[in-house]
Amino acid sequence: MTSAATATSAAAIEARGLTKRFGERVALREVDFAAVPGEVLAVIGPNGAGKTTLLSILAGIREPDGGEVHLPRGVVGFVPQQAALYRRLTVAENLRLFARLEGIDDVEAAVAAMLGQTGLGDRRDDQVGTLSGGNQQRINIAIGLLSDPAVLLLDEPSTGLDPRQRGRLWEFVLGLADTGTTVIFSTHNIAEAERYAQRVLVIADGQALFDGTIAGLHAAAPATQAAGADFESAFVRFLAERGH
Amino acid sequence: MRWLLLKDLQIMRRSPLLTTLLVIYPIAIAVLIGFALSRGPETPRVAFLNQVPPDTPLSVGGEELDLAGAKSELCERIECVEVSSEGEAREKVESGDVLAALILPPDLVEKLQTLAGLAPESPTVKVIVNEQDPVKAGLVDDRINSLLAEANLRISQQVSDVSTTYLRILLDGGDFSFLGEGIEILGLRRSEQILREVRDQLPPSSPDLDRLDSVIRFSHLAAENLGVADDLLESVSQPIKVDKETIDGDTPSLDTFAIAVAATVTLMFVTVLLVAGSLALEREENAFARLTRGLVSKATLLAEKVLLGIVVALAVTLLMLAGLGFFVDLDWGRFALWLPAIVAGGAGFAAFGAAIGGAAREVRAASLLAFMVGLPVAFLSLIPSGAVAPGLYDVIEVVTALFPFDPSLRALTGALAAAGPSIALAVLHLATLTIAYGVLARIALRRFV
Ligand SMILES: Nc1ncnc2c1ncn2[C@@H]1O[C@H](COP(=O)(O)OP(=O)(O)O)[C@@H](O)[C@H]1O
Ligand SMILES: [Mg+2]
Repeated sequence: MTSAATATSAAAIEARGLTKRFGERVALREVDFAAVPGEVLAVIGPNGAGKTTLLSILAGIREPDGGEVHLPRGVVGFVPQQAALYRRLTVAENLRLFARLEGIDDVEAAVAAMLGQTGLGDRRDDQVGTLSGGNQQRINIAIGLLSDPAVLLLDEPSTGLDPRQRGRLWEFVLGLADTGTTVIFSTHNIAEAERYAQRVLVIADGQALFDGTIAGLHAAAPATQAAGADFESAFVRFLAERGH
Repeated sequence: MRWLLLKDLQIMRRSPLLTTLLVIYPIAIAVLIGFALSRGPETPRVAFLNQVPPDTPLSVGGEELDLAGAKSELCERIECVEVSSEGEAREKVESGDVLAALILPPDLVEKLQTLAGLAPESPTVKVIVNEQDPVKAGLVDDRINSLLAEANLRISQQVSDVSTTYLRILLDGGDFSFLGEGIEILGLRRSEQILREVRDQLPPSSPDLDRLDSVIRFSHLAAENLGVADDLLESVSQPIKVDKETIDGDTPSLDTFAIAVAATVTLMFVTVLLVAGSLALEREENAFARLTRGLVSKATLLAEKVLLGIVVALAVTLLMLAGLGFFVDLDWGRFALWLPAIVAGGAGFAAFGAAIGGAAREVRAASLLAFMVGLPVAFLSLIPSGAVAPGLYDVIEVVTALFPFDPSLRALTGALAAAGPSIALAVLHLATLTIAYGVLARIALRRFV
């Protein structure tokens, strides 16, 4: 198992020895990693690798069976894979409800800010159920941002979006990272990780196999590098070599 | 919590079709069940008090009247509730426990016997009716009136036999005992004959004093007999008089029960379906994970759902009772008791619904499960104690005690009428069930994400 040695003092989030079991099945096995402010980290792995399980433990939705999570700089925002919104409520009502539950002082200001950030001000009184998947995902993310989190967790954020929506989403997310938010997203789309992430955490069958830069991953799988193949085949080769 | 509650009410408002169905459907079922129950074959309960000293020989005009037989005949048509005093009878009528009371006074038999004499006194029975419910009161009036009419007919038959004897004496003559003296009555026919003979035989100058005396005596008696004929005739047409007293009291229990059943069925379906569906919806919309991630504890979310159930249960049940109020008499004076009963029932059903929603995890599955568990328990709770073997009934009692239907029904019956079961006990029972199902729901939520 490879692990990046990020300085503890600088980390925005740090996980040590995370283990999670669902009955007999081990969904996560001793996973360590850390991320610094403004860093964009991709958690990649095939379906069933344990990406969602990892993010939900980081978000505090699930309790790990072993290990711990440190959040020295405050709260995490979580954006679940499926939009967690009330379809019968309007855009503004959804934002308002979660702003109130977050205990935000100036609810209306926070709602206005999020409507501006998502560019959905003109849809504020539309029921969420009537919006496109891309717009729903934007509100989904906006709710994750209401608490002004130091770390934003996104579980497969671009699934179900067309290329144009996807482009706008990443523009939005990378803009957040520029202002110092740590962004951790999961994906099984390797091209996406290659394009937007500074670092990747590869997990398969609940185990962290690699933690480092894209270049580092190429270096770890030299055979593919020599053949001049793309990242995707390097990744597949990498997993195959480790018996996954 | 209030924001969550507001959110759920908003979602309900935005789903008008679903909400309308959720409200209309149970009310329709409830009213149908209610009417089915209140329309069944029914024997009105009537309190019965016999003040006639036992062993009083009862004969009218020399013929025995069978009082015991008459009573058992009466109790075949109405359900007799034996009471020991007039006070107790009045109390039972007032509380709605019985629809009416029938009281036979101690002098009933004595007066019955005077009917066959020349100074008849009308015996009187006392009837106390609860006129709170005009339909039921009318029913009781009809039954008691027809019973009395029948008794009157039988007595008047015997009385008129006696009268016929008097008339025959007047006509044909004979012995008549009056004030302990035996008197020989001549009779109208004989008198006529005698008068004709006197007229034929007497020379205009020789009056026959003896014969004329008997004519005079006859006309005197005839006049006296005609003097009592009025009373005699009246006693023949209506020997027993009814002294009817009307008092206000509570709605009689049979209707109350039907209304309570209707209200409980409504309460059950609305609350269980709503809470189970609403909780499952939190998961279907993926909001559950987001909410319980530090924003709201799972226990708070459950409490909010129970509160939602109570709020909607109150609204719908009161609406339904107000609607039923157009058809049946409801005692709005007991409104303050309806509230705790509905709130406790709503809480019990809501916690039950939360457990179902938590276990089913999907809105459709939750609705199905709510019906599949709710309906059989409701029907089990409605089985009357005499309908099945005692051992089986004990089992049914234990099973139904584990679900909120039975205690809710008891609480509502008690709230609607004073004659109903204890509200306090039922509310306590419901509180226990609310906690138990709340704990079960909380356990179910562990697997919810
Ligand atoms: N609630 C659960 N109960 C049982 N097994 C689960 C549960 N959630 C996930 N798993 C299992 O854990 C493993 C990791 O799942 P997940 O984290 O969702 O994978 P990924 O998001 O990478 O596709 C899978 O094998 C999955 O079947
Ligand atoms: Mg996943």
